[in-house]
Amino acid sequence: MSVSVKFFASMRETIGQSELHLEIEAPQTVASVWQQATNDHPLPDNTVFAVNHSQATLNSTVADGDEVAFFPPVTGG
Amino acid sequence: MAVSISHGAFDPWQQLQLHQQQHLTEGQFGATATFVGTMRDFNEGDDVRSMTLEHYPGMTEHQLEEIIREAEDRWSLQDVLIVHRVGEINPGDPIVLVACWSAHRAAAFDACRHLMEALKSRAPFWKKETLTDMSHRWVEKNTDGYSATTPP
Repeated sequence: MSVSVKFFASMRETIGQSELHLEIEAPQTVASVWQQATNDHPLPDNTVFAVNHSQATLNSTVADGDEVAFFPPVTGG
Repeated sequence: MAVSISHGAFDPWQQLQLHQQQHLTEGQFGATATFVGTMRDFNEGDDVRSMTLEHYPGMTEHQLEEIIREAEDRWSLQDVLIVHRVGEINPGDPIVLVACWSAHRAAAFDACRHLMEALKSRAPFWKKETLTDMSHRWVEKNTDGYSATTPP
């Protein structure tokens, strides 16, 4: 299946890229997508996860065509 | 409701007036509560020269619309407007406008406060500061909006 992965803010700088595409076998979770997208980079504390623009957890299921995002706590406003 | 991500400078008072003229009917609302956030030239004891505001296109709008729908379920509101700036900004520049229209002040005041706090904890925006010595740093957390003794 095909999964789009995005990194924002300090997470983008830590990982060294903003976006990539994975072709991987189902089933997948946010945690397994992180491992494959970052070659098992240690997960920074307080990382926030999103699947298809909604907040998710490490255990959330990822399906074909999903967009998974990793970013630090938000600081807008 | 209306949600807008502004890639350039915006005038919150002009936006407020324009939205009210276009979307609300005079005589139909009795209370308008607004919050405008502007950029400070200091943070955590340091002088700040400028700031870059980053966002997650698509998720930002989705989260803001969800936050507004939750407020509309909780309070009796006639309309809500949220405008948020992204990109390079300077001290004094408006960052965010939250406006609520309702029949009575309680709903307008309470919903406006709630929306602002929900935006700060859930909407995917991030700030990167440039200090006066030209060093850069990400803002890592927000101050507590309900604390009476928030540090400078």
